[in-house]
Amino acid sequence: MGLQAYLTLAAVVFGIGLFGVLTRRNTIGILLGIELMLNAVNINLVAFARFSGSDVGMIFTVFAICITVAEAAMGLAIVILLFRIRRTVMADHLDLLKG
Amino acid sequence: MAESIAFWFLSVVLVGSALAVVLSKNLFHSVLFLALALTGTAGVFLLLEAEFLAAVQLLLYAGGVVTIVVFAIVVTERLVGERISHTNRSITAGAVISLALVGLVVNAIAQRPLAMTRQPLSEDMTRTLGEAVLTKFVLPFELLGLLMLAAMLGAVYFARPED
Repeated sequence: MGLQAYLTLAAVVFGIGLFGVLTRRNTIGILLGIELMLNAVNINLVAFARFSGSDVGMIFTVFAICITVAEAAMGLAIVILLFRIRRTVMADHLDLLKG
Repeated sequence: MAESIAFWFLSVVLVGSALAVVLSKNLFHSVLFLALALTGTAGVFLLLEAEFLAAVQLLLYAGGVVTIVVFAIVVTERLVGERISHTNRSITAGAVISLALVGLVVNAIAQRPLAMTRQPLSEDMTRTLGEAVLTKFVLPFELLGLLMLAAMLGAVYFARPED
């Protein structure tokens, strides 16, 4: 399998994640879509590292995974906080900033 | 040959579970399918001979993130006392935009002559990674530690019990 196959797989997974982010009504569902998109990017980084013979892509992936975990923890903390204030996790109802 | 079979199998698992994550009507099922998709990604990492990353992926992602999401669902559902609805809106527009983006990227990938053969990596990848984060990448590594501390404190502060 060449680099092309891995990049195509990652592009498809990224597209599915984007679809989730665009169409989900639930904030937790949107976060799951973001996780899928970040995951696809990691596949790209590892594939490029493997086919170019450079270690940097793999090191970058370790950093990317750690930052994603921090993002998930913060995102869900914000969801719980929003839920306490507004009693909803539906993105359409979270319109406090709407003029 | 064996690599091709493994790649196609993992692709089917990954794409199928990713579709289930964004289309499932049950939030809990979505999260479980996300765990399957993340495990499939760990399989892809194994196929690319990145064993350490596959282990990190399973421990941090499939283990950590999925646990946090399940906790968040349990907490919010207990507070609201009912099932959280988990549906999609404007599916057509979302599908058009996503398919357009995927088509654009896949087209760009297909037009470039890309490497077909792998280049040799360092002998012991885990050792190389460990040495790299403590020498060449020590500053980003320390900043990452700071980010983790800030995220942990922030999450604890946000989720503290109401006074």
